[in-house]
Amino acid sequence: MEKRELICIGCPMGCRMTVEMDGGEVKSVSGYTCPRGKTYAEKEVTNPTRIVTSTVRVTGGGKERVSCKTASDIPKNKIAAVMAEINAVTVTAPIKIGDVLIENVGATGVDIVATANAG
Amino acid sequence: MMMQYDIVIVGGGPAGLAAAVAAKESGCDSILILERDNELGGILNQCIHNGFGLHTFKEELTGPEYADRFIQQVKELQIEYKLNTMVMDISPERVVTAMNRDDGMFLITAKEVILAMGCRERPRGALNIPGYRPAGIFSAGTAQRLVNIEGWMPGKEVVILGSGDIGLIMARRMTLEGATVKLVAELMPYSGGLKRNIVQCLDDFDIPLKLSHTVVDIEGKEHITAVTIAQVDENCRPIKGTEERYTCDCLLLSCGLIPENELSTSAGVELSRVTGGPVVNESLETNIKGVFACGNVLHVHDLVDYVSEEAKKAGETAAKYVRGEITDNRGKTIAIRAESGVRYTVPTTLNPDAMDDLLTVRFRVGDVYKDAYVSVYFDGERVQHKKKRIIAPGEMEQVILQKKQIMQYPELSAITLKVEEV
Repeated sequence: MEKRELICIGCPMGCRMTVEMDGGEVKSVSGYTCPRGKTYAEKEVTNPTRIVTSTVRVTGGGKERVSCKTASDIPKNKIAAVMAEINAVTVTAPIKIGDVLIENVGATGVDIVATANAG
Repeated sequence: MMMQYDIVIVGGGPAGLAAAVAAKESGCDSILILERDNELGGILNQCIHNGFGLHTFKEELTGPEYADRFIQQVKELQIEYKLNTMVMDISPERVVTAMNRDDGMFLITAKEVILAMGCRERPRGALNIPGYRPAGIFSAGTAQRLVNIEGWMPGKEVVILGSGDIGLIMARRMTLEGATVKLVAELMPYSGGLKRNIVQCLDDFDIPLKLSHTVVDIEGKEHITAVTIAQVDENCRPIKGTEERYTCDCLLLSCGLIPENELSTSAGVELSRVTGGPVVNESLETNIKGVFACGNVLHVHDLVDYVSEEAKKAGETAAKYVRGEITDNRGKTIAIRAESGVRYTVPTTLNPDAMDDLLTVRFRVGDVYKDAYVSVYFDGERVQHKKKRIIAPGEMEQVILQKKQIMQYPELSAITLKVEEV
């Protein structure tokens, strides 16, 4: 039986939770005070995901960088691969919020989209 | 050159934009926003992380996206604004002196002025950190601008002092861009940042957070080369023998925000000694008639959604003044007091005749409380008593006052907010 310690991010309480796992399967969650904590803990130990936000180099719009994000959350262990791809790209203005800047970033099936306008 | 507008809004960040939209939608057509940066949106433009707008738009937006929602409204409503424009002075008679490269220096007479200048970061000079004064020391927000807007990195080996949200966000940001963040040191025994940021910005990247620690020495004559961190006692004094030296080429400071009120002071606006922002009534009007304040210039917020909500109120009231619906609301005044655990309230007075059906009173507490009650007293009588699992200095709280209820107390002289422990 494997044990994982987590701090809940749902609210300022920051409940300290313990998850007991057996072969990748959640056996029990303890320490939470509301259902949000349990849900968060179960997802975090089996399939942790994050939205990644960063900036991309942009030319021709009078700006150095245009901000961007993954259009939805990606697996946490893909963050480094996603960042490497973001930093290798230069886009050309005009860019509008929501424009796809990189398709299928890091083979996650998720696009990188602009979160600001340029040019 | 003398211009005339019904409402002049100083600052084109989230507060100024929301105030402008609300004033226009309330029927005021003569509005001018003055913004010193080269684009509207204020600090949101450099806050590229997500988590904005959950209350307002029911979705998680990044800072630039949240700003854009309001910028689009300003453009659709054809509200006038001037960029690259610095306001130099506001007189008590509401004559605004401003300047920019196109118009030179110019004067604007305004029927109403809305202060929406935001806040700035506490600098090193206000922190009394001993040591040399080399290059490589930045406030976290300056570093955020350099990385996210200008596109360059202020350092590769980073130490962060202060665990406010900007410091936490920058720990993650610098790490993602290839820097090594050695630690975040926090003077207090608790972090002022959101739990979510501690987990997703520090724990995700194994960045240590040392509570009750501070910087006691800075090395480096030209550029910073190292800092010394020490543990502090309950009086925040460094404990001898706990010093640890960290080599670094960058120190970021995330040690609090201060409302930016130099202009307010020149207009004769009275400031609160607790918040550093103007003292306002239920209409967010300062002691100077026709001068309103909203957003971080009034008191530092943690959620932009509340800034927008507050600014909307300021814009609507200013528009009512322009229409002549209110000429002077300084009639009967009830004091709103902060006591036992409550550090301050906004507003600090209310006139029941001028208030809407509901009034949101925002406040902060001075310590972390678990399973405590937030109580509201009408003079000696307790009228609200709500249990909260947790109340913390980093999270702004609010109570709602009802006009209907206040009207039942014609002799009411003071409303008091308190934290009451069991």
